[in-house]
Amino acid sequence: MLNVSIYRYNPEVDDEPYMEDFQFDTEGKDIMVLDVLEKLKIKDPTLVFRRSCREGVCGSDGVNISGKNGLACITPLSEAVKGNKLVIRPLPGLPVIRDLVIDMSQFYAQYEKIQPYMINNSPAPTIERLQSPEERSKLDGLYECILCACCSTACPSFWWNPDKFIGPAGLLQAYRFLADSRDTATEERLARLDDPFSVFRCHGIMNCVQVCPKGLNPTKAIGHIRNMLIRSAT
Amino acid sequence: MVTTVTSFGRSGLSDWLVQRVSAVVMTAYLIFIVGYLLLNSDVSYQQWAGLHSGLPMRMFSLLTMLSVAAHAWIGMWSVLTDYITVRTIGPKAKAIRIFFQLGMIAMILVYLLWAVDILWGI
Repeated sequence: MLNVSIYRYNPEVDDEPYMEDFQFDTEGKDIMVLDVLEKLKIKDPTLVFRRSCREGVCGSDGVNISGKNGLACITPLSEAVKGNKLVIRPLPGLPVIRDLVIDMSQFYAQYEKIQPYMINNSPAPTIERLQSPEERSKLDGLYECILCACCSTACPSFWWNPDKFIGPAGLLQAYRFLADSRDTATEERLARLDDPFSVFRCHGIMNCVQVCPKGLNPTKAIGHIRNMLIRSAT
Repeated sequence: MVTTVTSFGRSGLSDWLVQRVSAVVMTAYLIFIVGYLLLNSDVSYQQWAGLHSGLPMRMFSLLTMLSVAAHAWIGMWSVLTDYITVRTIGPKAKAIRIFFQLGMIAMILVYLLWAVDILWGI
């Protein structure tokens, strides 16, 4: 039997959060952490967590699994269980709404700040704005982000200043639009980032890279933004 | 864009660059001093005072002290804005942080002027 310890908190009933222990029979199979949560929810319907696509595409079920942020649906028990124990907590640093569900408002507020949409005021061509294969390839490793928040909530700079530091997820997307040949607002975007918090709170500890379930590299993107800021400065 | 009043250069980019350049200057000074002491393990007071009385060495020492001052200002400012926030210690955080920031800046400036006094007093 696998020991599963889950963070529980229902603000309407509980004075403070606590860890609840469950016994779980894996039947010898290497199933995903989400499968464990789903089966435990059948036993205890009050257990609350987010999930949707269950295949690592929607980014809903980001949780802290045995100390490391990840998507429950694509994390097998063989990677998550340490000493026959599985510990599941909500993503750290953001307010908990209930059990494993966090309030992601601050995360989205930072995402909104970087204007995550194409800005190009020139008249639209008849069919579409074309890119060369080389220009398009610059977006690889950036557009794949699913905004699961695993990276930003693994970042101490984001824990301390979630209202000022954009965080790895937001900055990866900031660079996605800075690197896009069709976007014409590069200077304006850069001007909005040159303060001691938005970008420069990143000290390059690379927790974001370590936890990204899509294998992306926000630290590298932040380095590119810094280089663009240096190049555009006098 | 976040507005700041007590950061070293008011710009993230400028602080970032100053932090790197000052680190290089401090490293060069450290290597020089350690190297000098290793090569002259039996250094006398006259020799040591002689080294520091020349203008180029004074300039190098002053540049290093300026680097220490800027580096400490930027670093301590980051630490204070990380840990003394409304989020971590409550609504009085802003007043407490500004108190510590201004104290930190005053201390750095005092140390800097003291270093100038020492360097030119040799």
